[in-house]
Amino acid sequence: MNLFPRWLNGLRILGGALALSGGVYVVALFAYGASPKTLNAGFAPEQPVPFSHALHAGELGLDCRYCHTTVEVAARAAIPPTETCMNCHTRIRTQSELLKPVFDSWATGEPVHWKRVHDLPDYVYFDHSAHVTRGVGCVTCHGRIDTLERVRQEQPLSMGWCLDCHRNPAPNLRPPEFATSMDWQPDGPAAEVGAQIMQQRKLKPSTDCSTCHR
Amino acid sequence: MTASATTQAHLEEPYARPKLVEGAEDFGAVTQRVCGVLERPKPPRAWYIGLAISSSLTLLLFTMVVYLIATGVGVWGNNSPAFWGWGIVNFVFWVGIAHAGTLISAILFLLRQKWRTSINRAAEAMTLFAVCCAGLYPAIHVGRIWVAYWLFPFPNQMQMWPNFRSPLLWDVFAVSTYATVSALFWFMGLVPDLATLRDRSTTRLKQVIYGFFALGWRGSARHWQRFERAYLLLAALATPLVLSVHSVVSFDFAVSQVSGWHTTIFPPYFVAGAIFSGFAMVVTVMVPARELFGLKELVTIRHLENMNKVILATGSMVGLAYSTEFFIAWYGGNPYERFAFMNRAFGPYAWAYWIMIFCNVVAPQFFWSKKIRTSPWLMVGVAILVNVGMWFERFVIIVTSLARTYLPSNWGYFKPTWVDICTFAGTIGLFFTLFLLFCRFLPMVAIAEVKGVLPAAHAHPEHPKGGHDHG
Repeated sequence: MNLFPRWLNGLRILGGALALSGGVYVVALFAYGASPKTLNAGFAPEQPVPFSHALHAGELGLDCRYCHTTVEVAARAAIPPTETCMNCHTRIRTQSELLKPVFDSWATGEPVHWKRVHDLPDYVYFDHSAHVTRGVGCVTCHGRIDTLERVRQEQPLSMGWCLDCHRNPAPNLRPPEFATSMDWQPDGPAAEVGAQIMQQRKLKPSTDCSTCHR
Repeated sequence: MTASATTQAHLEEPYARPKLVEGAEDFGAVTQRVCGVLERPKPPRAWYIGLAISSSLTLLLFTMVVYLIATGVGVWGNNSPAFWGWGIVNFVFWVGIAHAGTLISAILFLLRQKWRTSINRAAEAMTLFAVCCAGLYPAIHVGRIWVAYWLFPFPNQMQMWPNFRSPLLWDVFAVSTYATVSALFWFMGLVPDLATLRDRSTTRLKQVIYGFFALGWRGSARHWQRFERAYLLLAALATPLVLSVHSVVSFDFAVSQVSGWHTTIFPPYFVAGAIFSGFAMVVTVMVPARELFGLKELVTIRHLENMNKVILATGSMVGLAYSTEFFIAWYGGNPYERFAFMNRAFGPYAWAYWIMIFCNVVAPQFFWSKKIRTSPWLMVGVAILVNVGMWFERFVIIVTSLARTYLPSNWGYFKPTWVDICTFAGTIGLFFTLFLLFCRFLPMVAIAEVKGVLPAAHAHPEHPKGGHDHG
């Protein structure tokens, strides 16, 4: 009596192949597909106003802190209020169609609804001032903002990515006075320059859970 | 030569051991008896009643688990100072019960204790079901159950690993390894019997289901040769696990610095306790099962008596461990340790302590009496007491030590909530539901292995009736 047809034997090879490739697929899916590098880096939403950092920070050479005023003293770098835009735009391009949301905001008092690009989870405490005043440059985490027409997230901003630097910050450190410089280059190997800054300023970044999860 | 051999076979050997299997003398009868349990059109009425009760309790368990996940672990009684409550008590209780199966199937196999063949299948099944109940607790106690996989070390974007120095992580490995190896061992032993069931099945559906799991077993000599080799290897692999799992569970306590936990005696003491409770559970369940399904000739009084002897031995070891703990608490001269033990025996939890002493130390001593050891219902009584006692042992260890630690201002009294109680009742229901389903749909006795210990399996041409009993 043959309970199962003979062709089922062929399925054993197929089943083995499926189990094997399924394993590879799941590993690949989690290693690559679910990684914040894939999921989060490259996020560049369309903004209500096509504000160009390439024009303002790059061509015109505005310092980051002109708009992001609290970056050195507070946890948040601050999204500038409409008033900051109007410092110039009461006189420049006052008829621009593209700037209409800014002018509307100026008239009504309703803020422009900028879309947040670099958004950490709510259970993460991040302090811009702690980093900028100790010599982590804007460019380290945000990339060459001064070349971007539309802001995009350059780095994964994952926990592992944070820890990489907290465990070995030297290659990413610079004298704090150059924090907002987009094209600063170390004199010599970055790790050595950074190590010197660490020593001078007694920097010991913590990797305790409660440093970021308070 | 021939004449003398024949006379010898007829003579009663005065030193002969009692037979391993009574009544059923030939292979066919054994198959008939075991398969008969599955093949009868309807199980006995008691089976339905049992299943109705246990599956209702299982439903209660699922309700409690959903309630816990939806609300949070605050619905349990765990709170300062006793942050570990019934969750871990029940986990250790069930893991302990899970120890009998693999001990019977692996260690007794390596020691060539042939009496194991009648009970190993059911005991291994109990192991698996107890591990299911135990494994539930670590999974649901984490609060955010959807990240329970963080218990396992795997590379992740957070670069976050479990603490490798923590025995709680070792526990994850110990218990999951044990569950995997026990399941493999149990399933592999089932394969020849599943093939028997496949060949005896009368409906197409049963043939296909049993046939699928029988993995194409035809009983050829090559199949048997590989089967026995694999069985031996798995037995050798499973043997250290019997000792390691509960040792690691005991590290959860012994590695900490809580007085009453921080003792080196814990690993052997826990392993002895685990075997003690596991055998008690096997006796508790097997006596009614053999009665109900007419397996008295396969699971004989001799099997039960042997298990009771193990219970007596391990129960005495546990009693010795209790007194050693007390002696060391006094002899060690550490006032906190001394307090922890005085508090256990005479503090607010004295009632639990003395229940434990009575059930675990006094009750098994009844097994010195051959009458109690060999009468089924008396031994069930003792075995149930042992089960109760072993639950209280974990409760006493965990709760009394935590409720009164070094800081008197932090002392408290642990009270379980109704969710704790219903969850525990639910795991008992889950255990018995699985066991009752197992009784109805899988062979409760390892048919092929029992045949191997029948006298007929060792028949020689000179005296065909056999007569050698290598028990």
